[in-house]
Amino acid sequence: MQERLKELQEEAIQKIEQSASLKELNDIRVAYLGKKGPITEVLRGMGKLSAEERPVMGALANEVREAIAVKIEAKQKGLEEAAVLEKLATERIDVTLPGRPVKVGNHHPLTRIIEEIEDLFIGMGYQVAEGPEVEQDYYNFEALNLPKGHPARDMQDSFYITEEILLRTHTSPVQARTMEKHEGKGPIKIICPGKVYRRDNDDATHSHQFMQIEGLVVGENIRMSDLKGTLEVFAKKMFGDDREIRLRPSFFPFTEPSVEMDISCKICGGKGCSVCKQTGWIEILGAGMVHPNVLEMAGYDSKKYTGFAFGMGPERIAMLKYGVDDIRHFYTNDVRFLKQFSVEE
Amino acid sequence: MFVSYKWLQDYIDLSGVTAAELAEKITKSGIEVEGVEILNEGIKGVVVGHVLEREQHPNADKLSKCLVDVGEEQPVQIICGAPNVAQGQKVAVAKAGAVLPGNFKIKRAKLRGEESNGMICSLTELGMEGKVVPKEYSEGIFVFPADAEVGVDALGLLNRDDEVLELGLTPNRADCLSMLGVAYEVAAILGREVKLPEISLEPVAEKASDYVKITVEAKKDNPLYVAKMIKNVKIGPAPLWMQTRLMSAGIRPHNNVVDITNYILLEYGQPLHAFDYDRLGSKEILVRRAADGEKFVTLDDVERTLTPDHLVITNGTEPVALAGVMGGANSEVTSDTTTVLLESAYFSGAAVRKASKDHGLRSEASARFEKGVDPNRVRAAGERAAYLMAKYAGGEVLEGAAEADTLTVEPAVVSITLEKINRVLGTELVMKDVKEIFDRLQFAVSIEEDTITVTAPTRRGDIKIEEDLLEEVARLYGYDNIPKTLPIGSSTPGRLSDYQKKRREVRQYLEGAGLYQAVTYSLTSEEKATQFALEKGDTIRLAMPMSEERSILRLSIMPQLLEVLKYNSARQNDSLAVYETGAVFLSNGDESLPVEREHLAAAVTGLWHSHSWQGEKKAVDFFVVKGIVEGMFAKLGLMDRVDYVQAQLDGMHPGRTAEIRLNGEKIGFVGQVHPSIQKELDLKDTYVFELSLKAVLEAEAPVLQYETIPRFPSITRDIALVVNRETVSGTLWEIIVNEGAPLLKEAEVFDLYEGDKIEAGKKSIAFSLKYADPVRTLTDDEVTKVHGRVLNALQEKTGAVLRG
Repeated sequence: MQERLKELQEEAIQKIEQSASLKELNDIRVAYLGKKGPITEVLRGMGKLSAEERPVMGALANEVREAIAVKIEAKQKGLEEAAVLEKLATERIDVTLPGRPVKVGNHHPLTRIIEEIEDLFIGMGYQVAEGPEVEQDYYNFEALNLPKGHPARDMQDSFYITEEILLRTHTSPVQARTMEKHEGKGPIKIICPGKVYRRDNDDATHSHQFMQIEGLVVGENIRMSDLKGTLEVFAKKMFGDDREIRLRPSFFPFTEPSVEMDISCKICGGKGCSVCKQTGWIEILGAGMVHPNVLEMAGYDSKKYTGFAFGMGPERIAMLKYGVDDIRHFYTNDVRFLKQFSVEE
Repeated sequence: MFVSYKWLQDYIDLSGVTAAELAEKITKSGIEVEGVEILNEGIKGVVVGHVLEREQHPNADKLSKCLVDVGEEQPVQIICGAPNVAQGQKVAVAKAGAVLPGNFKIKRAKLRGEESNGMICSLTELGMEGKVVPKEYSEGIFVFPADAEVGVDALGLLNRDDEVLELGLTPNRADCLSMLGVAYEVAAILGREVKLPEISLEPVAEKASDYVKITVEAKKDNPLYVAKMIKNVKIGPAPLWMQTRLMSAGIRPHNNVVDITNYILLEYGQPLHAFDYDRLGSKEILVRRAADGEKFVTLDDVERTLTPDHLVITNGTEPVALAGVMGGANSEVTSDTTTVLLESAYFSGAAVRKASKDHGLRSEASARFEKGVDPNRVRAAGERAAYLMAKYAGGEVLEGAAEADTLTVEPAVVSITLEKINRVLGTELVMKDVKEIFDRLQFAVSIEEDTITVTAPTRRGDIKIEEDLLEEVARLYGYDNIPKTLPIGSSTPGRLSDYQKKRREVRQYLEGAGLYQAVTYSLTSEEKATQFALEKGDTIRLAMPMSEERSILRLSIMPQLLEVLKYNSARQNDSLAVYETGAVFLSNGDESLPVEREHLAAAVTGLWHSHSWQGEKKAVDFFVVKGIVEGMFAKLGLMDRVDYVQAQLDGMHPGRTAEIRLNGEKIGFVGQVHPSIQKELDLKDTYVFELSLKAVLEAEAPVLQYETIPRFPSITRDIALVVNRETVSGTLWEIIVNEGAPLLKEAEVFDLYEGDKIEAGKKSIAFSLKYADPVRTLTDDEVTKVHGRVLNALQEKTGAVLRG
């Protein structure tokens, strides 16, 4: 009997080891450990044994059962693991295939430039002021020290609707309106972005509609040195710390003294190339101390108040910054162009 | 203004300062030097040659075979194609080995079997612009005066060993439209002296005033008219140095008398005009306004019709010149002229501007009058020209001048305090620094305590107020030397307005939803201006449009956005989503500014979603675009205040368009572009929306308030309703929401069926209704009661029945 049990154990373990599926394993379990299995069969014959032999044989039978059960369990775990692995193997995908696209658009490059400049000046305490694109002659010209008959306000250069109403030729009327609203009191710190219009034939460098962004600071002790400091902060942040800036005297009817700002040419590093016309410098903006006539017309006492103003063209900045070669690209809206401005810098 | 570096040295010592250095200094102190041209750059090996013999090329009709002495041991043979080459001429010869502009290398060659050892050059071949080459040499080679020395550097003789500074003058610096003016500017920059040009007249004993009487009627526009008389002039070429200086400045030489007037224009900035005295036909000059319709032939042989806006010089009856703009053909100096009446006058900028503009005649002369000439140089310029005509045209200058003078010249006297200078510039200058600057400018100054009073010379007509002095100090002190500071004093909060902040959020949202931002033109055509307009009204038309295509201000962004789709679609991008924010313009009558309303428009065409390798493709439809709109309103907290109402709109699909209402007000539309327009633009199905962004951003958003998160389970009941096909889901939804309140928390359409499994003319819409109470668990009975009420109301109001 003892031998029979050992035999059964060996036989079962061999079968378990050979089994290749969970079903087979289960069949083995039922076959050996089930109520109709050979071990139970063996135990049934225990009645014939002596009282001394019986517990010994019972313990042995249990040992055999236990051994088989443990073996089945181990085998089962192994088979299950193998099954999982097999399943995972069939689930393998080509991870280099493209993902499901998420549609994303982006800012127009001009908006991108404008918001960048806005944010820069907001950080310096400026607010963003906006005004109408169709303006009164007064705010567009007269209030800015461009009286009627001034050569710089030729009918040929502006889109007039009536004698007194025109499409603004710069965003400066927003400055005039803002100053007027402040009723002769300071301080004012604004940045004015927007569309402007001039009678130009559209070509690679001209557009009858373009953007401008201007700044204005009016207060009791605003100095030209403040303008210089402000422009330097702007230029370094906008174009990089490695760029040199240069201020040159210039002329605008609404500022005096007037300034033009150049930055060192990025292409040649200031040595001179075709982009900077061999000068090493690229003109970037116009600025100056607000002309006393402009202050007075807006209701400020020019003896007490001073101010500075500056203005630039986002198209030009975008063209320089991104190397765009034709201003018309900004208004054609070719998606192959627009898409290029999605990357956060 | 083109400034010759060599010529400038007639008036100021430039030793130790190269042309490039000078350009940099001028730029830094206020006048932008836009370029420095080295005239002989890239040219070498060109000498003066003497054409000893010239004969017809044996094998070519149009070529000459020349034997030319180029200052070497043996004369050389050169084949020349110029029609004007002749024996005895002194010419510019590019010898074998020479280099001409464009890196054109001259080599020994055989031309039609004859040896050629160089090239006889025209001026354009030497790098000069065709428009400045004297007419007689414009079709051929240039001929030097007979006394030119053979073998010398021809470019030197032509004054090409020079550099020309191109000044970009701002309107306030008309004083630098003359060599003298530039000399004063450079003198101030370098701290050197100005040498004035020579005038030494030995007049003959006849009075100019006996030859001509000057009368000016238009005194305001012509306060000073001076006429010098020069007799016995011999018309011929001007000296070569003068011609070359004119050419370097961009002016074509003509003859000695005309060239001298142009030379003085460049030297003094004072335009002059030479009349042939004998052709005037009278002994009188009368300056007056033209009669309306008066005819006059200018010296370019064009007949001009004049108006009283135009100032004319007459011989008492007939016009002989359009004042300050152009002379007349009837009194022009010719090769036969012997007596010259030389006009030097002060004409007002306004009068000259009007005439030059009306007749499209902009010239070196008119430009200077328009910007204002120095009244104190009028006489000197005439004297100097007369002197040069005596010297270079053999003329005899008559004593004095015939004049009409009502001009009063008062130099500007302006004061400023040192305190103001330092306060505005942010500098710490002392009075000595300031005085030195004005001394360098040759402005007379007087100082009293803290105040400096400056008398500006008349050549600097731009100096009028304190700030003008401030500017002179700043620029000559040097912008580089001004410190860098930031504004001090009361601070201002830097931020965007709520409107601006929300606008940025909307843009961000739309881009996150897959739309590209476009920027298009505000000006459009009559036809497009009103297409898709939310509000019809009068259009706003430019007084003088440049084209019909850009003549009207837009009332809607949509037509241009569709153009953008069309443009891209034609370039293989037929699936695209774009949006634009920008103003549209509504007329408010001629007298007032139009109403400008910021709009938001978007257009989506072609495939909305495609994932090719997985075979997914979905074209845009109404609900894609409506979803974008809804998302935007949700983002702004306005979802509950917006309604969509079926609508018919020009340009839109009649069955697939909704009006968007915010708080019951129509603010925009969403829908499909009319198929006929899609076809016209060659677009796939295109869905769009446009709305008043202003209305949306200005609408009051709800106050953000925390709501208790439900702790008790909700109960969901689904219903499928059979209704008439015309009944819209929005109506049902509204009834459900109204009747179900307050226990009903959500109602959502989850199925729509129209088809043969349902009675004709009907459709089935299924809603999922969610009931809840934040403070307790609802019982089934409670829900059933409310739910019953909802169903009753639906049936009563719409005839809806539960689908069996």
